[in-house]
Amino acid sequence: MSDELIQRIRIVIANTQRIPIEKITIDSSFEELGIDSMDGVNILFALENEFDITIPDEAAKQIRNVRQMMEGVERLIAGGAADTAAVTS
Amino acid sequence: MHRVAVTGIGAISALGRTVEEFGRALRQGRSGIGPIQSADCSSLRFRNGAEVAAYDHSPYFDDKRADFIDRFAQFAVIAAREAVADAGIEWSPDLRENAAIITGSCVGGQATEDAGFHSVYKMGQNRVHPLTIPKTMANAGASHISMEFGITGPSYTISTACSSASHAIGQAFWMVRSGAAPLGITGGSEAPFSFGILKAWEALRVVSPDTCRPFSKDRTGMILGEGGAMLVLEPLDAARARGARIHAEIVGFGMSADACHITQPSSAGAARAMRAALCDARVMPETIGYINAHGTGTQANDLTETSAVRAVFGTHADRLAVSSTKSMHGHALGAAGALEALAAILALRDGFLPPTANYNQPDPACDLDVVPNASREADIEYAISNSFAFGGLNAVLAFRRHGS
Repeated sequence: MSDELIQRIRIVIANTQRIPIEKITIDSSFEELGIDSMDGVNILFALENEFDITIPDEAAKQIRNVRQMMEGVERLIAGGAADTAAVTS
Repeated sequence: MHRVAVTGIGAISALGRTVEEFGRALRQGRSGIGPIQSADCSSLRFRNGAEVAAYDHSPYFDDKRADFIDRFAQFAVIAAREAVADAGIEWSPDLRENAAIITGSCVGGQATEDAGFHSVYKMGQNRVHPLTIPKTMANAGASHISMEFGITGPSYTISTACSSASHAIGQAFWMVRSGAAPLGITGGSEAPFSFGILKAWEALRVVSPDTCRPFSKDRTGMILGEGGAMLVLEPLDAARARGARIHAEIVGFGMSADACHITQPSSAGAARAMRAALCDARVMPETIGYINAHGTGTQANDLTETSAVRAVFGTHADRLAVSSTKSMHGHALGAAGALEALAAILALRDGFLPPTANYNQPDPACDLDVVPNASREADIEYAISNSFAFGGLNAVLAFRRHGS
């Protein structure tokens, strides 16, 4: 995953959650960042706008941490499925 | 204080145009969920809803009058007409002057509003239909009911998302019980199938891509519904004196706020509302035989609701039945509480438990008797109906079988 992509996603999360970008790393959990399920939906909305992608509901439900979020976005940008079920299950 | 009787019932929903059709579908466990017809769903993540099939205003309103009334308010009037006719009310001037109308609606005439936005923002027109405001306002249902029957008593509308109709019925119940009103026409109506609103629901990611499977392990969310249901309430002694048919009694109403989250439910808040209803009814938890659940089919609600039922009912939770009729009529938002109150009333009156349809797999976290797929005969004396809205506003109604 490129540094540029990671940085763009960190900015989206920081802006949506209104938290300092320094707190966000690829290994951050949602709990650490105070992201609940509604916050998660908001962040996905912002990512869809930022990258002009559509994140399906089934994939959205699988996303539990920042790494899964970043990997899902990367897959969608590359034209593949965002569904992490095949990878994580 | 009066005991309060339900003497008239009316409903239009995905299960049919009348209460009779509604009740028959509940008994058969027949779902009214299918592909959405009133909006183009090709760019939506879901396709299905519980609409009033092939609805046209023509049998109910002439074209001129229909121009003045949004679909959601048409449903309110249609259901009120059936309920009032069913009650066989003899309107005296005094009754017309003092009867209360309390309705619930979540988004009101948003289809009219949506069309107006389309004209202005998309088509660049410099005007909208002159009746946009009177058609959109959430109180249009109550207003048109008052005009239909010439009622000039206290009339208003409550908007508390998915609990709107339950809150409305509860307030009307308290008015009749206290003697503040000699009669109440109360319930809710909703017609949310316009593209803009569907897009908004899509964004929440709580709508199921297939169907509504409350309490099932493989549930994937809610299904939107539409329609209207109305009840006529009177003091029990007055109803008996005029020889009215009594469907059931309303015995209690409880409310609470979660103070927790704008969308996620709280088990403690739900439990508080159920306890408040039982307390208002002066009945012990052990007397309840059936709960018509809020049961939206989302992971969050069904889990939380199960936990709340266990907290309130303790070991009795394993002896009562809990089903979600949203599995058949969908989540009709501001009409939900009224359709579900009606389901509870029919269950008591006709001695059966409506099923939870589309149920596939038991979920250990929702391990109550959910009456899976098929209705059952049962003689129940008391039932409650739960409504737990977004924003954590909860309303629970308690009913008693008449003649028990």
